[in-house]
Amino acid sequence: MTQPLSGREVAARIGREIPGAVLLADGLGIWVRPGSVAQVARFLKEAPGLEMDYLNNLTAADYLDYIEVVYHLSSMKHNHSLAMKVQCWGPQEPEVPSVYSVWLGADLQERECYDMFGVRFVGHPNLKRLLFWEGFEGHVLRKEFTG
Amino acid sequence: MAIRTQPVTINIGPQHPSTHGVFRMRVTFDGEVIVGLEPIFGYLHRGKEKLAEARTYTQFIPITDRQDYLASMTNNWAYCLAVERLAGIELPERAEYIRVLVGEMMRISNHLMALGFFLNDCGAWQTPLLYMYREREKLLDLFDMLSGQRLNYNYMRLGGVSQDLPPEFLPALKKFVAEMPGYIDEYEQLLATNEILLARSKGVGILPAELAISASASGPVLRASGVKWDIRRGDPYSVYPRLQFEIPTGQQGDAYDRFWVRMQEMRQSVRILEQALAAVEQMPPGVYRAKVPALVRPPRGEVYSRIESPKGELAYYIVSDGGIAPWRCRIRGPSQINLTALKEMVVGWKLADLVIVFGSIDVVMGEVDR
Amino acid sequence: MAVNPPASPGPGNPWLELDRTEGLAIEQLRAATGVPLTDPAAWIDEEVERGVLLTSLDALLGWGRRYSTWPAAFGLACCAMEMVATAASRFDISRFGMEFFRPSPRQADLMIVAGTLCWKMAPPLKRIYDQMAEPKWVVAMGQCAISGGPFAEYVSVVPGVNHIIPVDVYVPGCPPRPESLLHGLRMLHHKIQTEGSGLKRGR
Repeated sequence: MTQPLSGREVAARIGREIPGAVLLADGLGIWVRPGSVAQVARFLKEAPGLEMDYLNNLTAADYLDYIEVVYHLSSMKHNHSLAMKVQCWGPQEPEVPSVYSVWLGADLQERECYDMFGVRFVGHPNLKRLLFWEGFEGHVLRKEFTG
Repeated sequence: MAIRTQPVTINIGPQHPSTHGVFRMRVTFDGEVIVGLEPIFGYLHRGKEKLAEARTYTQFIPITDRQDYLASMTNNWAYCLAVERLAGIELPERAEYIRVLVGEMMRISNHLMALGFFLNDCGAWQTPLLYMYREREKLLDLFDMLSGQRLNYNYMRLGGVSQDLPPEFLPALKKFVAEMPGYIDEYEQLLATNEILLARSKGVGILPAELAISASASGPVLRASGVKWDIRRGDPYSVYPRLQFEIPTGQQGDAYDRFWVRMQEMRQSVRILEQALAAVEQMPPGVYRAKVPALVRPPRGEVYSRIESPKGELAYYIVSDGGIAPWRCRIRGPSQINLTALKEMVVGWKLADLVIVFGSIDVVMGEVDR
Repeated sequence: MAVNPPASPGPGNPWLELDRTEGLAIEQLRAATGVPLTDPAAWIDEEVERGVLLTSLDALLGWGRRYSTWPAAFGLACCAMEMVATAASRFDISRFGMEFFRPSPRQADLMIVAGTLCWKMAPPLKRIYDQMAEPKWVVAMGQCAISGGPFAEYVSVVPGVNHIIPVDVYVPGCPPRPESLLHGLRMLHHKIQTEGSGLKRGR
């Protein structure tokens, strides 16, 4: 059975290495500052005992005031899982560092996130629309899109 | 004398007999050797995630069918499982066993199609496909008995399944389960040591285990690379902890290993079917669904729940705001994410090998584009 | 680590110009199509006066064309699976002359559009249709091809293939059973026989 890790313990561990990166933590997940996403991702992948080498899911959700980017991670070796979230508050366009260099599986999912929500992933080698065509106006999964 | 050469980029798809649907690739060649590949999706993007926000939880079930249309009920199952975990709905045991029966039948049906089309791509034009269709038609008749439909069944509901097993279903399924190992033996005898298949797929398109994990591959693609990870064992759901089955894994992650893993998974599915059939026969008929209100309102919260679909890790991330429709419904389609490593798998091989590797990943465009 | 190359600012999209051109073509097609195209002229009840020689010629041409229509493979979504099932040994489309689904549109005279058409796919559909030689016929298979199906309200779904190309026969169902598709194809055969030499078709 995959064990969901306690967000608070993981946050404490991250806090020792990368202070100020984790903003909030609860039972099942951690909320990370947008600027430190790539560092936290690399730490989670390489830290002994954590070794979250498998990115299950990378997506976003629009909560009207903010857009939350969600990463579901798990470890093949230890069989535990964690949810990492990043909140991007408006009014400027959301920008998050890319985790392409940590998990290759982020490639297509970050492009889809950009296509659907308009989240720019800084450092992605080829951030272009995935499901819509170049020149399509708007980001479909935002709540304000009704076309 | 130096010959001046130049790489050439050609476009494969979206209308192409070997692309298994509307999939397009821009492939850069140096002679006949592939040096670069860019997959382009979106030709079947029907917006299920946006439609989910405008439908109630039960109304969305038929739309989930049309995602991985070769294994429709697995999509239903993944979605229903997610909503049931969110809303705290418990299923009666017989409903769980019926779901397992149907799920494993879908796995056999899907693998038959996958192997049939893979061999189509290898050059055995239509013969293995038509043999495997013979079995698939028997399965489709069974599904017709259950749900009235041959393809997009809409059979599962929140809390169970939509109708009970008709009285002629169990004997017919028993007959199928008794015959199927003989058919799988026939396929293995004809195909497993076929020298053309071996020459075309052994060693082709190798996906090393480390790259597979990094690229979030799942399902038979991951297991063929040697990683023994199956969600039915590692993160079990429904009644799988009570069932005995093996998890076949490959050695090096080439196209032949993916073919072989699927062949063995069919055998294991038959084994699970035998056990589930024995269990269902002992339970009295009539119990197939929990009492669930027509408009389900799960409490505020979110869930990420996954199942082992025939293609890989099919997961739903549903965020509920307490209303009758989900706030956000994310469908994690394994076919799309298995394609992440396509470029790394084919660079260095030739054009004909591209078709083989792509066919061995087993992709359904409904799931890639959603 | 050799497994994951480091993410660089990168050159971005090397095919940007081509992507933009294709996107523009899609937007133009989307803006240009509003009303569905009219179906090719009423043919079931038509009485046509023709001379004896032309009648026999028409009958011969009709007979030849209807029993040898070669479909172009244009399976898009779930309906394609039922189309393949129709071509498999149980329902066997080849007893109607459609033995082999031609990959190339140049060699086909029937296009069975099976599945949902999205705006991104619409320019290739138009191009494949244009590449087929006359006489050619189109069968819209399934709800999505007829009217957009369960996804009709979404922004990237074309509400019916008849917005892009003229359709001869509509086969409803989601997906239609192979028997339904064969019934639709039999109706198409009747149409082909009635049309005869098709000298008056101005498509």
